[in-house]
Amino acid sequence: MIEVENLTHRYGERLALRNVSFEVKAGEIFGLLGPNGGGKSTLFRILSTMMVPTEGKITLAGYDVVREAAAVRRQVGVVFQTQSLDKALTVEENLRAQGHLHGLSGAVLRERMGAAMERLGLLDRRKDLVETLSGGLKRRVEIAKALLHRPRVLLMDEASTGLDPAARLDVSRHVELLREQDGVTILLTTHILEEAGRCDRLVLLHEGRMVAEGSPKQLRERIGGDVVVLEAADSPALAAGIQEKFGLAAHAQNGAVRVEIPNGHRFIAEVVEAFPGAIESVGLHKPTLEDVFVKETGASIE
Amino acid sequence: MNSFFLPAATLWQRELVRFWRQKSRVMGVVASPLVFWLLIGSGSGDLGRFYAGALVLTVMFSAIFSTISIIEDRREGFLLSMLVSPAPRTAMVLGKILGSATLAWIQGLLFLCFAPLAGVRIDLLQLIPVAAGIFLIAFTLTGLGFVIAWRMESTAGFHAIMNLLLLPMWLVSGAMFPMATAHGWVRAIMWANPLTYSVALLNHILGLPNATPGGLASLVVTAAIGLALLAASGAMAAQKSTHSAA
Repeated sequence: MIEVENLTHRYGERLALRNVSFEVKAGEIFGLLGPNGGGKSTLFRILSTMMVPTEGKITLAGYDVVREAAAVRRQVGVVFQTQSLDKALTVEENLRAQGHLHGLSGAVLRERMGAAMERLGLLDRRKDLVETLSGGLKRRVEIAKALLHRPRVLLMDEASTGLDPAARLDVSRHVELLREQDGVTILLTTHILEEAGRCDRLVLLHEGRMVAEGSPKQLRERIGGDVVVLEAADSPALAAGIQEKFGLAAHAQNGAVRVEIPNGHRFIAEVVEAFPGAIESVGLHKPTLEDVFVKETGASIE
Repeated sequence: MNSFFLPAATLWQRELVRFWRQKSRVMGVVASPLVFWLLIGSGSGDLGRFYAGALVLTVMFSAIFSTISIIEDRREGFLLSMLVSPAPRTAMVLGKILGSATLAWIQGLLFLCFAPLAGVRIDLLQLIPVAAGIFLIAFTLTGLGFVIAWRMESTAGFHAIMNLLLLPMWLVSGAMFPMATAHGWVRAIMWANPLTYSVALLNHILGLPNATPGGLASLVVTAAIGLALLAASGAMAAQKSTHSAA
């Protein structure tokens, strides 16, 4: 549904995207995960036809994003991070204006508006001014708005940033339903691990580069076994010591040493014994997407 | 056809609805030119002489304030969805400019209520050319606002533009002193100033003194500038960019 080939983008001298290529299949929920400034927003602006890339090619539903922008815009619904709602208008007025932008009017538009509001549970708020709605409801109006012209692809920029966990889950549930019932392909950008974990497949972006690609499970399996985190006053020395004594790759970062190892609980007993007094606290967890990101880039996401 | 006029009409309507729901804005825009006018006009004992200038200032304030909203609007507002919709950018420009021009026009018409104080009497038949003239001025100044606002990254530079460009333009438009008494290079600037023609046009229609340049010249120049600014706005908005429009 979306093919990105060798995409590179520069803002003047600064490289924002370097040779990014990936493919999103029809009906997938696909995530772009990375820290702010990693290139997600640039990629999002290019995909949503707001900006022309310096190099590379993107096709969306068979149309070239640069040369056939108008056709692409008919296939795509865009949910913005910053709100694209007019706060001085009601829910219904916002939707009507959006329909007009897509050339919809009359009975067709009324029917589509009704269906979109029903789908997102907004019917009882239709006459309310947008400024009186909660953050989660506003996001739902955004989604309803993006669906009016029945797009095949929904692009969501940081769709759940700024929402409380309950509202976040609610948005995710609606996105899931859209994919299931209407077969909409969804591409979302996020820096929230929990949200990324719910995607079918992910691309990890760091400093404009793709550092990894795969399902959340595949990505987590890149790390064998457990992750052990040891806090220490002198973490570089501890990391060096572990490397020497156990022959393991140990990374010192932010006053802690991270080690990936199967059967981490056994390692903990050994390492605490081997470096008495050097370790201030010990943690063990199953690999997370954050761990994958740290492993691939040496930096953290959040 | 529908995919051009429907988006344009919806943007136009949106401006009016928003305006109606924020009625305090009306007072804000009309109040300061009114105070200026009453102070300067009463102080110099000639309200009539400064009336057209004050009306143009009202229209200018309104036109500039509502076009400057483009900057915020496309960063985090409704214009974002416009930018990613199949509606042509030219439809967006037309809708926005006509919408803002209509608001500026309404506020200009409100200022017309004070005409009797200036010794101007407008009968019903005269209202048509007066209203048409004010709309033309509103349209032109909105075009000016759009061209300024479209390229601006943030509203931070806006005060500088207001104080260093727009208010000086207004000062040497014939609003404060007539072209006939202007000296040297200021007089040359007045000839080149689009606002000179707006003020002269109004003086002309209202039958007030200082209607130089002539009525027809003022009409033609104001309309030509308005259309040129509309075309420039359309061209600017339609440009593809490697920098985000938002």
